Amino acid sequence: MSLPSRYWREIPQRYRLEAYKCQNCGAVHFPPRLVCSKCQSRKMEKIRLSGRGQIVSFTIIRVPPHQFEDQAPYAVGLAELEEGIKLTAQIVDCPFEELKTGMKVKVEFRKVFQQGESGILCYGYKFVPE
Amino acid sequence: MEGIVGYGAYIPRNRITVEEIAKVWGADAPSFKKGLMLDEKSVPSPDQDTITLSVEASKNALKRSQIDPAEIGAVYIGSESHPYAVKPSGTVLAEALGATPEVHNADFEFACKAGTEGMFVAQSLVKAGEIKYGLAVGADTSQGAPGDALEYSTAAGAAAFVFGKENLVARTLETYSFMTDTPDFWRREYQYYPQHAGRFTGHPSYFRHIKGAAQGIMEKAGMKPQDFAYVIFHQPNGKFPFRVGKMLGFEKSQIEPGWLVKTLGNTYSGSSPLGLTSTLDISKPGDKILMVSYGSGAGSDAFIFEVTDRIDEIRDLAPRTRDILDKNKNYISYGVYAKFRKKIRKAE
Repeated sequence: MSLPSRYWREIPQRYRLEAYKCQNCGAVHFPPRLVCSKCQSRKMEKIRLSGRGQIVSFTIIRVPPHQFEDQAPYAVGLAELEEGIKLTAQIVDCPFEELKTGMKVKVEFRKVFQQGESGILCYGYKFVPE
Repeated sequence: MEGIVGYGAYIPRNRITVEEIAKVWGADAPSFKKGLMLDEKSVPSPDQDTITLSVEASKNALKRSQIDPAEIGAVYIGSESHPYAVKPSGTVLAEALGATPEVHNADFEFACKAGTEGMFVAQSLVKAGEIKYGLAVGADTSQGAPGDALEYSTAAGAAAFVFGKENLVARTLETYSFMTDTPDFWRREYQYYPQHAGRFTGHPSYFRHIKGAAQGIMEKAGMKPQDFAYVIFHQPNGKFPFRVGKMLGFEKSQIEPGWLVKTLGNTYSGSSPLGLTSTLDISKPGDKILMVSYGSGAGSDAFIFEVTDRIDEIRDLAPRTRDILDKNKNYISYGVYAKFRKKIRKAE
């Protein structure tokens, strides 16, 4: 997400969790792919993921990449969504001691980071407790 | 007939109390609490701004509207804290909802009344038949200068409304605007904090414009205070809405359901719109609701809504505003607040 053009390309996924569902075998792909990895079909339907799921694993980041320095320490989790997709995102609005695997989460729209004091603001999804 | 098809609210979960702020500045908390009729205010997290609050409030409005976002013909955010100086907030909102590309977009700004301006324009376009649905949001992450009286009340929150002509939850019976040039509150270009004219923000400003708009719309509609189940006035502090209500002949009980300021603070462009969402949450079919915003500079927009039977079907499709406000709070210290609101100067 370093350049406006790259950030812009990912907007459908970052803003509204747009995924592709194979019309042949029903497999859901996020991020979207043109050819189904299960059955090689090219017939894809655009869907939006629910954003609801359960935490499968998580960690606390204490030494972050430089764009995230102001936010540390913060939690990052892997959640399995209702559609079977596994999604990685920050977990916010949740004290670290309450984090546990199996906890129900939903995505909220948040600012993920900003490009310094004068660059663009980059938005996307983060998990919050359900 | 046109009106509201769906509505939604969003409030960040962080709170700071009047005591916590007063402690830092050596101020007398009990007198501030009594004077402002205010206990605490909401504070956005560093990853929340007018755009993110607008998206979450709008998602709740869409849940209650039960419409296809692609049918939204206009998306308007009213705010005095748009994150960019140049680049619209509404494009992000429209994209996040899936309303692009066939959609008109504008960001509104008029101190605390920018939200109702968006509502006025969206519902007017629907009325004119130019669009099928219009989305209007009032949202702010307002800032008061450290130590200033405003610091106790400037809060964050958003309310969103989808306007249309079918499946209405509230019909718009009348609209009215009252505006003059009155410099009671302003922020110049490149200035971080706004300035205000102290007591001048009262009678010639807030009270004159709210009274003017309320009396004007009631005269236009041929209605009196007793005809309304509820009324919502802009809430810069706890006292002003009750005082202007009394001047106009409204009872406390008509104001209370939409009076959120005591534990929310002043959410600026979100203030009276959030009051409308919490009033709709508890209203019954047939109830008439008067809403009057106020924005410094100065002006008021007034609306009269009549609630329809559909309210009972849709009110619990999204969280109620009082529940968002009262549940899941996270109290923070002044230190954390100063960090969240970027009041601490760091090394480059």
